[in-house]
Amino acid sequence: MKLVLTTEQQELRQAVRGFLAAASPLPAVRAAMESEGGHDPEVYRRINGELGLSGLIVPEEHGGSGAGYAELAVVLEETGAALLPGPFLATTLAAILLRETGDKELLPGIADGTTVATVVLDGNRALNGAEADVVLSIDGDRVRALRGGERTALTTLDPTRRQALVEPGGDVVAASAEGVARARDLFAVAVAAEQLGVLRASLEAIVAYGKVRVAFNRFIGSYQGVKHRLADMHCKLEQAESIVRHAAWAADEAPEELASAAALAQVYVGRACFEVARDSLLLHGGIGFTWEHDAHLFYKRAKADEVLLGPPRIHRARLADLLEL
Amino acid sequence: MDLEDYRQRARAWLEANAPGDRPEGAPDESGVAAAKAFMAKLYDAGYSGITWPQQWGGQGLTQAEERAFAAEAARFTLPTYVFSIGLGMCGPTLVDLGTDEQRGRFIRPLLRGEEIWCQLFSEPGAGSDVAALQTRATATDGGWVVDGQKVWTSVAQHADWGLLLTRTDVEVPKHKGLTMFVVDMHAPGVTVRPLRDMTGRAHFNEIFFDGVHIPAENLVGQVGDGWSCAVTTLLHERLSISSGVGMGGQKDNPVAFDALRTTVDTGDPVVRDQLVELYVRSRALALFNQRLAQETKAGIFPGARGSAAKLLLAELTMFQADLATSLAGPEAVAHPAEGGYGGGLANAISLAPAMALGGGTNEIMRNIVGERVLNLPPEPRTDKNVPFKDLKTSGGLPS
Ligand SMILES: Cc1cc2nc3c(=O)[nH]c(=O)nc-3n(C[C@H](O)[C@H](O)[C@H](O)COP(=O)(O)OP(=O)(O)OC[C@H]3O[C@@H](n4cnc5c(N)ncnc54)[C@H](O)[C@@H]3O)c2cc1C
Repeated sequence: MKLVLTTEQQELRQAVRGFLAAASPLPAVRAAMESEGGHDPEVYRRINGELGLSGLIVPEEHGGSGAGYAELAVVLEETGAALLPGPFLATTLAAILLRETGDKELLPGIADGTTVATVVLDGNRALNGAEADVVLSIDGDRVRALRGGERTALTTLDPTRRQALVEPGGDVVAASAEGVARARDLFAVAVAAEQLGVLRASLEAIVAYGKVRVAFNRFIGSYQGVKHRLADMHCKLEQAESIVRHAAWAADEAPEELASAAALAQVYVGRACFEVARDSLLLHGGIGFTWEHDAHLFYKRAKADEVLLGPPRIHRARLADLLEL
Repeated sequence: MDLEDYRQRARAWLEANAPGDRPEGAPDESGVAAAKAFMAKLYDAGYSGITWPQQWGGQGLTQAEERAFAAEAARFTLPTYVFSIGLGMCGPTLVDLGTDEQRGRFIRPLLRGEEIWCQLFSEPGAGSDVAALQTRATATDGGWVVDGQKVWTSVAQHADWGLLLTRTDVEVPKHKGLTMFVVDMHAPGVTVRPLRDMTGRAHFNEIFFDGVHIPAENLVGQVGDGWSCAVTTLLHERLSISSGVGMGGQKDNPVAFDALRTTVDTGDPVVRDQLVELYVRSRALALFNQRLAQETKAGIFPGARGSAAKLLLAELTMFQADLATSLAGPEAVAHPAEGGYGGGLANAISLAPAMALGGGTNEIMRNIVGERVLNLPPEPRTDKNVPFKDLKTSGGLPS
């Protein structure tokens, strides 16, 4: 079991973190979310071009770099922490589904960043469904792909990432019962990795504020009412990170452990992420409730992610089934 | 050796050598004898003092192997309770800070279970704020004389040696006038009185020192440097508690997930979901501990993050005992004299608070995580720059 990042993974993290800090800091995220398309196409082009992120997990024979899910988790943690707008997660979920079911046709376009894809989730919703070139849907063991079709933009709680109602269907591009099952677990791992990043950034924001905001002639972080909650939030971060690393490791190297590790990741990290984002917002005081402050963006992303793959109870029920309870 | 191989071998050894029955917490004299015999075997097999320097009788491996062994041992029930203080706290302190004579004299017998150790820090007026302690050590010819009282001292009734924190100077601020010693628990003037705790048994004791002589060579560290020595001990304490070093194990623990799933009715959706919650919390902490172990192996020392693991363990211990007793209902609180299932649950809920108190309370762990992991500003202190003799004291415990 590998729960610690390798040197290469740390370098990948630094590269993505450094890039996002320069190209997509929070003021830019706000500008992007208020723009027509909801994201900055230039940033999206560069993360796929310069950093090669859309091709990260695409096998080399289809033009990607054939990296593992542990690397993907490192990247998603960073895009989550940065609240990166746009179709990166959507396209990543599509890449996971296609890689696991053995598609050859669509992966090259995803790898080179020319195809924006998404996957139909429950209720015919899809992340970035309005702007995706290709909408994938799961039909039993088969994966169908549709270019075009009806798209209806939805109003989202999380202003940093859009969703739309889409039409499932289209041509069958791949089929594999096992691949579809694995892909569903991998969606859970991918979202958990993003949640870990949202959690970490929410905690970092309030820890920093606790060191500068003064009340009653003391920094608020020196009050135990604040400090002890931050300590509890840190405990959640430690456990969440351990769970995500384990799930990503299982995805790459221990397929028999993947299902329960993935369900665990959604049950624990989904909740922890929302709780930490919520407490971070609350501990900021009144400023945390303003539109101008970023706390609500993390809070809303955390809630959106917690229910992205369905109501949280489904992950708990799945875990219970896997444990044969 | 690869960590996975190490783990497999440890498992095989444990399967062949771990005694089967669960020891009832604080052991009696025959239990102590059996525990000593087991420790000798454990030492000879190379599983005692896994991280300790080879020169002094250890194995010279890392915390990764130690945690790997502890993770395997958690599936068994080992009678190591009486050694937990020596292995987790006193020994590591001597390895870090002792003289070569002290290391040569004390470490091997500790690791082989020939000698039992206790940790003499807390006093009636000084627990969380241990630097407020009042037990005095006064210099005399060839050594020191100690007078005072310690309390809550685990396993002292069986101990041969104690790691003792004393005050040697009241004219300087509290943290500056402390000094650490090794004290012979059989020396004249040492009185050990077992205290009956809430489980009805005696896990800890009160200790009286009346003119006890300590030879000069038993000084640990420097005179006046006891606080930094104590910090070393406490760091080891939290890491060892969280990693399960010297802990009895979960195998026959009736409130752990594996046991509970076989005894409760999971057909009830509420019960089923409560078990999921227990699984999630147990697994989250186990993975965190494994990650700390792997980081250590990679050269990242966990430091104060061990306090986060200790806090989580305290919360989990309380949560699982609380859940198990609630799921069982009346059986948990009224059981036949011979104990049985209900007796096990009653014991678990009685013992549960110990983890949240011993080794530092949950509040103190949160202070440490806040101040030393997150680097939050400290609380304002009024006790730091004042001579000890001018400070308020608690005036002891209510009787
Ligand atoms: C089972 C068990 C075994 C033990 N074994 C040993 C042993 O072997 N050797 C040894 O030396 N000691 C031992 N102890 C003692 C233990 O370390 C102390 O009980 C503990 O540190 C608390 O100190 P106290 O009892 O004086 O409580 P107090 O310090 O009086 O605490 C009372 C309450 O005040 C809170 N509090 C205190 N200071 C603060 C603060 N700064 N911020 C917020 N809250 C605060 C505490 O959290 C607690 O809730 C043991 C205790 C137990 C229960």
